[in-house]
Amino acid sequence: MSFTLVDFLQALSTGILVGSTYALMCVGLGIIFGAMRVINFAQGDFLMLGMYAAFYLTTGYGVLMFMGPYAGPIAGAFLAGPIVFCVGWLVHRFIMSRVTGAGAEASQGGGAYGQILTTLGLSLILQNGALIVFGSSPTAIRTPLSHSSFEIGEVLLNRGRCVSFVVAVLVAAAVYLFLGHTRLGKGLRAAADNPQAAIYMGIDDTRAHRLAWSLGVGITAVAGGLVASNQSFQPYTGFDFVIVMYAGVVLGGLGSALGAFWGGLLIGIVQQMSPLVFPYQLQNTCIFVVFLLIIFLRPQGLFGRLSERT
Amino acid sequence: MRTRAEANRQRWAIAGVAIAVLLLSLVLQSAYFEQVLAEVLLWAVLSLGWNILCGYGGYSSFGHAVFWGLGAYTVGLAMIDLNLTPWVSIPFCAVVGAVAGALIGYPTFRLRGHYFGLAMLAYPLAMLPIFNWLGYQELALPMKRGEAAIAYMQFDDPRIYVVLALALMVGALAISLWVENSRFGMALTAIKQNEPAAEAAGIDTWKWKMLALMLSGAMSSVAGGLYAVLLLVLTPDTLFGILASAQALILALFGGVGSLWGPVIGAFVLVPLAEGLNAQLGNVLPGIQGVVYGVAIIAIILLAPEGVYWRVLDRLGRGKKPAPRGETVPAVPAAPVIALPHPREAAGGDLLVLKNVGIAFGGLRALDQIDLAVPEGSLYGIIGPNGAGKTTLFNVINGFLTPGSGSITFDGEAITGMRPSRVCRRGIGRTFQVVRSFSRMSVLENVIVGAYVGAPDDTAARNMALAALDRVGLSARADAIAGGLTTRELRLMELARALAPNPRLMLLDETLAGLGHDDLDGILGAIRQLRADGITVLIIEHTMQAMVNLVDHFTVLDHGRLIAGGKPHDVVRDPRVIEAYLGKKWVERVAATAN
Repeated sequence: MSFTLVDFLQALSTGILVGSTYALMCVGLGIIFGAMRVINFAQGDFLMLGMYAAFYLTTGYGVLMFMGPYAGPIAGAFLAGPIVFCVGWLVHRFIMSRVTGAGAEASQGGGAYGQILTTLGLSLILQNGALIVFGSSPTAIRTPLSHSSFEIGEVLLNRGRCVSFVVAVLVAAAVYLFLGHTRLGKGLRAAADNPQAAIYMGIDDTRAHRLAWSLGVGITAVAGGLVASNQSFQPYTGFDFVIVMYAGVVLGGLGSALGAFWGGLLIGIVQQMSPLVFPYQLQNTCIFVVFLLIIFLRPQGLFGRLSERT
Repeated sequence: MRTRAEANRQRWAIAGVAIAVLLLSLVLQSAYFEQVLAEVLLWAVLSLGWNILCGYGGYSSFGHAVFWGLGAYTVGLAMIDLNLTPWVSIPFCAVVGAVAGALIGYPTFRLRGHYFGLAMLAYPLAMLPIFNWLGYQELALPMKRGEAAIAYMQFDDPRIYVVLALALMVGALAISLWVENSRFGMALTAIKQNEPAAEAAGIDTWKWKMLALMLSGAMSSVAGGLYAVLLLVLTPDTLFGILASAQALILALFGGVGSLWGPVIGAFVLVPLAEGLNAQLGNVLPGIQGVVYGVAIIAIILLAPEGVYWRVLDRLGRGKKPAPRGETVPAVPAAPVIALPHPREAAGGDLLVLKNVGIAFGGLRALDQIDLAVPEGSLYGIIGPNGAGKTTLFNVINGFLTPGSGSITFDGEAITGMRPSRVCRRGIGRTFQVVRSFSRMSVLENVIVGAYVGAPDDTAARNMALAALDRVGLSARADAIAGGLTTRELRLMELARALAPNPRLMLLDETLAGLGHDDLDGILGAIRQLRADGITVLIIEHTMQAMVNLVDHFTVLDHGRLIAGGKPHDVVRDPRVIEAYLGKKWVERVAATAN
């Protein structure tokens, strides 16, 4: 249980770097939950789609090969966003819109049961569809960045992760500005805050939902693209991240995009620092213990309002 | 709650299904099919367990695999480490599941809605790495031979597993049926439909939710225990994984949540479908079975979002039921309010006493130094403008809120900070400003929920509920679904619900609000009758008119303080009251005319 200061700083800095990508995926999920109040179990699978999108853009078919091994993976991660955004758009148009929104509210439990089943079904289709298309062997985006590090004193910072950190923070900041300062973003927040009132104010809730859904999965896909250059993945990778994402989003307070960011960051830090004290295998158990502790001590999350939960 | 005849029909249906499954196991020729059949039955039990808490009680759990996995590992570890036979350890799983349920429920029931569901998701996923870390990545049950095989539940004939699993499923169905037809099920339904109203009606929501989770956990764990014997090799991923948790709810949601047969239908359709797809297509194109399964689930949901069972029931029921919910039935004229044969003797003295009660929300002092004494047998009115703190005062009295300072005594005993259900059982009933009904239950059922507090058994509760409906003049609508009532009927129903257990004090929260002139008279009559029956009534309103003629004591609340009290006609002339209601200008004008 004893560890040095260097160990501590190393774990903390790695936690922040890893946590930044978690934070970005949490923002994506947070937007969807905030606007639609839907528990999306397929979010991890959209993340996985983002990973494969980035992978095939930078390697395989080589669209971005000309950008070289440094800029290529970053551009790939960025482009994964719009691609998955479009997939999300179609999924909402043809499937999700039928079980969410005004139409679903009349059915039992506000349609919540149908929504859960639908996202579970989507998750099955995406995972197994990916298995058919991409195969089951784990892959990763290779970039020389992830094999070198910056040295600050004795603390090593993986360059690939540093780049991911910068990209994640920039994208999250862009989303934050979009939500706060554009007409579209304000409409989204209004629809999230009080759907009924938003409808009366002339906001088309189906459109707002579609935008939130597509944007949410798109942002998560960018985070997926970033993760893909630092670790290997396969079609079932999504599930591991669903849990991280929900823990982060609940920590931050369901429905708060900014809160989701800090929640995700915190999850990354806890995950990387727990091996200092506990066995390495219990990393994920530590995440859940912190997660449970926080929701018991501060049920509204770090940034949520108490009224949200009753 | 069902009638006795219906419950009997369900019992026959359970027996029929059991016989059908037995026949099926005789017909099936291969060990593989028998294995699938046994698995179907066990998944049905897991899902039935999930259904107790989540279907009846409305608390969705995304983590029932925690019970399933704990049950399976209990059986596995008991056999390996203690050489204990599953014949003993499987029943013991019920204890494991119930204890796990209690440990999980204690902290987790502080959460509601999505938060509860997601917190539940964390438990099995936290167990998964722990079991891996403990070195149980692949726990193989030791093989036994000869006579020991039977002693350790290892049979050559796979049909015996089917029989065992069937016994569990019949047990689970019987438990579910018992829950549906008891006070337990009624309490869970009330919690699902309106938890605060259930608590205020005297239902100890905490207790019933805990019992539901413990029962649910016990059922799921026992099923997991037998599943271990079937699997022989236990891995944390298959037992605690998110797929096992998802399966519990997929089956119930697919079949029809909150119904006896929903989980069973789900298991009998989906489990073989998934198995069949796996066997047929798994080798041809890995993954295609998952895609087909997912498409099937989504297709069904788009066609029947509420589940197969409810959909079929709706189809069959259409045309049979004369008055579906929501349909307007010709309004029944207000029946005369019936007096209680033996009115309660008013003992005199103060029944409810508040001393220096205060509460603040952030910086806002919603109630400040409230001193109030309500004499027994009185009809006591509190009025005040919007936002004066009237409803907060009721919430403090009936226990929804704990006051920051001061004390509340009822009949000489302190009730400060007591849970609403206990306050209700002490003899304080309340209604709400916005009626809180159990909208999918009938009027009679709504009132029965309230009557349970004072009733020794179900029959007594029913009779008390009928009597209460009589007293408010709503007997004619006893079988109507609450969701389709008019405002006046809803107010009367809520009054009857609070009245059913014969409380000593009634708290009426703006009962007169939103009523037309004709409706008003009926309600006023009902309130006067309460007092005549010896029930002390404390009523809050923001309109003066009706109150002045109704009550015999009168107090004005403004900005969280009591500013005047006394006989109604004196109070309305008090300058402070006029100021609170009409502003300073009017005080001067009134003073001018008086002089």
